[in-house]
Amino acid sequence: MKGSLLWKRIVQYRMFYLLLLPIVVYYLVFAYIPMYGVTLSFKKFMFNKGILGSPWVGLDNFHYIFRYSDFWTAFRNTIVISIGRLLIEFPMAIIVALLLNEIAGSKLKKLYQTVFTFPHFLSWVVLGGILVNILGNTGAVQLVFTHLGFGELSLLSDSDTFRGLLYTSNIWKEAGWGAIIYLAAIAGISPELYEAAYMDGANRWKQMLHITWPSINGIVAMMLILAVSGIMNGGFDQIFNMYSPAVYNVADILDTFMYRLSFSGRVNLGFGIITAVGLFKSVISLALLVIANYLVKRMGQEGLM
Amino acid sequence: MAEPTVLSQPAGNALSEEQRLATRGKSKADLLLHALFIIASICALFPFYTVLISSFGTPTGLIWPTTFTLEGYDQIIKYGVGRAFTVSAVVTLVGTFMSLFLTTIAAYALSKKAMPGWKYIMSFIIFTMFFGGGLIPYYLTVKGVGLMNSYWVMILPSAVNTFYIWIMLSFFREFPASLEESAKIDGAGDFSILMRIVIPTSMPVIASISLFYAVDRWNDWYTPMLFLTDADKYPMQLMLRNMLTSISQILSMNNGVSAIDQSKVKIPQDSLKMAAIMVTSLPIMAVYPFLQKYFAKGVMIGSIKG
Repeated sequence: MKGSLLWKRIVQYRMFYLLLLPIVVYYLVFAYIPMYGVTLSFKKFMFNKGILGSPWVGLDNFHYIFRYSDFWTAFRNTIVISIGRLLIEFPMAIIVALLLNEIAGSKLKKLYQTVFTFPHFLSWVVLGGILVNILGNTGAVQLVFTHLGFGELSLLSDSDTFRGLLYTSNIWKEAGWGAIIYLAAIAGISPELYEAAYMDGANRWKQMLHITWPSINGIVAMMLILAVSGIMNGGFDQIFNMYSPAVYNVADILDTFMYRLSFSGRVNLGFGIITAVGLFKSVISLALLVIANYLVKRMGQEGLM
Repeated sequence: MAEPTVLSQPAGNALSEEQRLATRGKSKADLLLHALFIIASICALFPFYTVLISSFGTPTGLIWPTTFTLEGYDQIIKYGVGRAFTVSAVVTLVGTFMSLFLTTIAAYALSKKAMPGWKYIMSFIIFTMFFGGGLIPYYLTVKGVGLMNSYWVMILPSAVNTFYIWIMLSFFREFPASLEESAKIDGAGDFSILMRIVIPTSMPVIASISLFYAVDRWNDWYTPMLFLTDADKYPMQLMLRNMLTSISQILSMNNGVSAIDQSKVKIPQDSLKMAAIMVTSLPIMAVYPFLQKYFAKGVMIGSIKG
């Protein structure tokens, strides 16, 4: 009896199953088959045999990467760059939103916002090209520095300046865009709250601290979870379009390391070993996501899961 | 005499923008903020400006335009930009349409929480946001499906974006159920409800999502770089990347060549590269004012309702 009722409901929803069919197939092929492919981390990949037919080698691939010094360089850079991004880039969007909010009512506010979100829509290929143009040996920045008597600089190929440049240029690209989500939250605050605070003698700084900030800190917490879970990513697009062999020691992250050693390097570690690096990375990301979510919930905020 | 003051009060409780500003107090802080934002805006736009002038032949490094020549643009046309531009345009159009179609029907179906098995299908999709196979398994899968060196590789493997499905889904969930019920009583089927009622009333979210997809497609260089071996099939972004990588090689080997010498030798080549950057960003610059409005809306729908 119960079974036939369920069947009736399934029949009733048949059109919706049909609508879902294409994306279920899509996820099976392009997400779940690659997930099965992580078994390659425990195999020695042979081109003629494919993923399924390649022989198992246990933990050999992991033993190999843990002894490979370039892997540890990439691992360390991934962590350092991501923490740098959390400390330097993450707050910028919030600061931009809070400051933009302070000039509410001005037509200029819209103009600033338009200017600051614009770079977000261009690819890192384009922005990388633009950066080389102004920071390169014949670029405007070099020209200014030469005039000031600093001599030859090579910001993009200098290990000391490269990471600073990564952070700055990503702020240029993303801070304005990132601010939108906080501005949306701020827009929902009742103006009467500000009025009441003003009556009570709160100045602008205090209004920001006691009204604006408490109303966005939930979204800040959520964005922080996402940022922490992305720590292992470090920003492939940007780094790949900006780095050069001269700065590999500070800029090579796990993603660029994997790409280079699979497709463009003179050294080829083999697909099994590279997959092991990828799995290592994914597992840590997943763990970080769970930990960050737990911590944010413990602090009394609404988590992601 | 007192009457006009009374009349100028706004109706209801809503505070006007001016009143809201008044509650914040006016101070020198406003001036300071504007100064800060104007400087930041100039810094943000300056790099684009230098690219624009050097695409017309001004040597890089000079701040005022000294020349005006279309040589750079002329050269990239000879370089094959027309073909790459067409590839990008077609892939963007076809890809966006396909993604939009798949995302819309999937999100609509997923908005029906009462559907048996809903929870399983949802977890099946959401899980992919948190765990993936990584580079090599993905590469081998796409290759195994037979998409290597095909135009379709730029469309199919990234056909849907889980996050965009999620945005659209939360929008559909807000849709009043009564509207659909009354259409059903009038004899409309599930499909015609979707086509005639749900889609037309969801245009804001559909517009934002299609713009998200279009920009992602237009900007994609990584997928073609992984899977295209035939340079004739390269889209704009990849062609541009190949033109620019020679710069970073020069950067890392520049010892001994003075800045002036380099600029003399490289004038035509630089303007070619800068012209290529301009052409690659052209479509986005053209639709940007329109884009920005919709994008902001799309993000807000995703964040607030989600």
